[in-house]
Amino acid sequence: MERFKTGRFDGVADVIAIENLHIGLQTMAGQTPVLDGVSLKIRKGETACLVGESGSGKSLTSLAVMGLLPSGVLKVTSGRIMLGETDLLTRSKRQMRALRGSRISMIFQEPMTALNPVIRVGNQILEVLRSHGLASGKEAKRRVLDIMDQVHLPDVERIYRSYPHQLSGGQRQRIMIAMALILEPTLLIADEPTTALDVTTQKQILALISELQRKHGTAVLFITHDMGVVSEIADTVHVMRHGQIVESAPAQVLFRQPRHEYTRALLKAVPSLHPRSPRPEVSAPAALKVAGLGKTYASGGFLKARSEKRAAEDVTFQLMPGRTLGIVGESGSGKTTVARCVMRLVEPTNGAIRLGSLDIAHLPQGRLRDQRAKIQIVFQDPYRSLNPRRKIGQSLIEGPTNFGVAPEKALARARELMEIVGLSADALDSYPHQFSGGQRQRIAIARAVAMEPDVIVADEAVSALDVSVQDQVLKLLDDLQQKLGIAILFITHDLRVAAQICDYVIVMQHGKVVEHGTAEAVLVAPKHPYTRSLIDAAPGRGWDFGACREIAWPAAVS
Amino acid sequence: MLAYIIKRTLAVIPVMAIVALIVFLILRLTPGDPAAIIAGDSATPEQIASMREAMGLNEPIYLQFLHWIGQLLQGDLGTSLLSGTSVNALIASRIWPTLYIALLTIVMSVLIAVPLGTIAAWRHGRLSDHIVMIISVAGFSVPAFVVGYIFIKIFAADLRWLPVQGYKDPALGFGEFLRHAILPALTLTTAYVALTARMTRASLLNVLGEDYIRTAHAKGVSEPRVLLQHGLRNAAVPILTVVGTGFAMLLSGVVVVESVFNIPGIGRLTIDAVMARDYPVIQGMILLTSGIYVLVNLAIDLAYTLFDPRIRY
Repeated sequence: MERFKTGRFDGVADVIAIENLHIGLQTMAGQTPVLDGVSLKIRKGETACLVGESGSGKSLTSLAVMGLLPSGVLKVTSGRIMLGETDLLTRSKRQMRALRGSRISMIFQEPMTALNPVIRVGNQILEVLRSHGLASGKEAKRRVLDIMDQVHLPDVERIYRSYPHQLSGGQRQRIMIAMALILEPTLLIADEPTTALDVTTQKQILALISELQRKHGTAVLFITHDMGVVSEIADTVHVMRHGQIVESAPAQVLFRQPRHEYTRALLKAVPSLHPRSPRPEVSAPAALKVAGLGKTYASGGFLKARSEKRAAEDVTFQLMPGRTLGIVGESGSGKTTVARCVMRLVEPTNGAIRLGSLDIAHLPQGRLRDQRAKIQIVFQDPYRSLNPRRKIGQSLIEGPTNFGVAPEKALARARELMEIVGLSADALDSYPHQFSGGQRQRIAIARAVAMEPDVIVADEAVSALDVSVQDQVLKLLDDLQQKLGIAILFITHDLRVAAQICDYVIVMQHGKVVEHGTAEAVLVAPKHPYTRSLIDAAPGRGWDFGACREIAWPAAVS
Repeated sequence: MLAYIIKRTLAVIPVMAIVALIVFLILRLTPGDPAAIIAGDSATPEQIASMREAMGLNEPIYLQFLHWIGQLLQGDLGTSLLSGTSVNALIASRIWPTLYIALLTIVMSVLIAVPLGTIAAWRHGRLSDHIVMIISVAGFSVPAFVVGYIFIKIFAADLRWLPVQGYKDPALGFGEFLRHAILPALTLTTAYVALTARMTRASLLNVLGEDYIRTAHAKGVSEPRVLLQHGLRNAAVPILTVVGTGFAMLLSGVVVVESVFNIPGIGRLTIDAVMARDYPVIQGMILLTSGIYVLVNLAIDLAYTLFDPRIRY
């Protein structure tokens, strides 16, 4: 089978043609436009992927097509958006409303927040029909149930009456898709529709979108930053940067012979699924030893059956100084619970957590405090993990001064650290909002390192970042580790990231460790079926994006 | 759900027990001898002593408490020192004007404030938003007695549409009741409209930034439906909290407005009791007020579940 889609669209009618689209800030006329001459077209049955890093203008392009640009902030300054024979930019608000949901529709990234939490999902789908004055009563409900069936939701009558919070992430995204496709639009815009989902769910959702696309001949504009996903689904790829399209090509051409420098850089930054080369064994005593760790959440009790949820069960591992251990798994696998227990941010139910020679699992708060400096954490979202009202310097020296370091000394060290993480020492006088996501994550890492810990727990520390930034932050962690001999416990759902940084990997499912070994053993020759299914679901797994060629897998995996 | 209602209702008991204990202690520990007050300035020490004996004040304090609680559990709040009538009867005669005016105020506030707040949020940053915000700042900053007298001047003294003051029970005719109650209710409404409109605007603005509002637009849902069906319903919980606590505050007596309009409600009852150191009445009023707060809070908590299916305890 071909690696990339090779559909031919010569002579097929355009569904949408964006011509030389410019969008600017309404308040600052004459400034550099945020969207600068974007042109692209999508034909019937074609999947066009719009890729690029955050801020490149991908989402703006799609909002412009939908006529949903934030009014009063952004406006189209020139260009045309042709849907068939009509220029959408000349349509009135009322006419655009009639087109939305019927001829163009859209699905969004986060299916939890994109659905109204207080309305039953069936009624939310029904609302599409009602808003366009189509079908009512029994007939309408029949159509809703029919589309729910088409997106392969189980037990549709029950789900029809459910609220969004009662469904899983995958089911919610199926509801979104049902909502978008019930009126059989000619164009479907999918804005990062699988980014918030687990890999195995992502695989199912991608398959569903292409199945329905084939059935109805829908043109799909698929926005994503994930090159793996692009390689699986794209007919045509448009690469965006700074509001411009820098390269457009059929998928197979783009992946095999990328022409533009930026495309090449973007592809090079995609972490390979191939694990790092093994480093020598460490003979020193373990920095962190976790044995039989368990966490049970209990609920109910009064007039209600007690129920217990085992978030983590019998987790055992050890982490050597100067090495990185990855915990991988999907949402709900218990990996974050383990990280929080190790940090004693939640109380473990049982087991031992030996930090150096001391078991901190059940240490009373007073004595635990002395140990806190030895183990530090870096969180996922750098936009929320730094206090917005405090200067970077204040955030950085707070920890050391709490442990008795003189403020001047801590500040001097903070200056050094800023340089080590690749920022200038002036950054200490600034506030978090003055930095980009990648810079903030560097600051968060500097904050953790300032405590001179033996262990750093990185909880999805690069998941919120663009691939190129992700790459830099991973390198930074690696450098720091080599310089300072810190042991890193790296929590991630992304096997590619794990392959880049981890020496050892444990795979968790339903709160239990299902596989444990060197990165090489686990990722190249997985033994447990769950690990295999995870690797299998990783999009574009057989392709080495940086080198533009197939990965030669050992026979055991492929 | 049923388990939650039962649990939540049972939780009222310890709260009220603690309130009762505090009420009892405050009055026993404050300086001043109730017996001396009742006996009056010209009483001899012997008269005061016999009064103490009669009132049971010579018993150990825990016996006094048990005795008092025992009465309380039978629904007996004691006898007013001032008038000699039972506190139950006093409250019963005064609660209705306060209750009716509070209800009228809340209904009018919600009917005015929620649409105003919704318009402000919808037209965020534009002229109509600014006007609503100015109205609500003004409504909040002018004291109730000023608003009350202005209304009396305009509608009663100058236009002579409405009576200057007084109160008529609805049982004697709803129209008459309304003619007397509308000005005091409107006076109270100004402050509550300000509060509720602000809360509606803030809560709705928050909701309008949510992803599911964008989804609704992407489905082609009409603007009013996005605002009301998707917006307001999600914004309801904070609004409900403000309306609920506002109602509890109104019920616990609105002294100024009752004075301005000469309404025989429990606000004035409380003031009179405090002035006269009528301890049993004060005790009764504190218990009643706390009880109202506890019950209204219970009602608010239960009402949340009607608006938001995620709140299931």
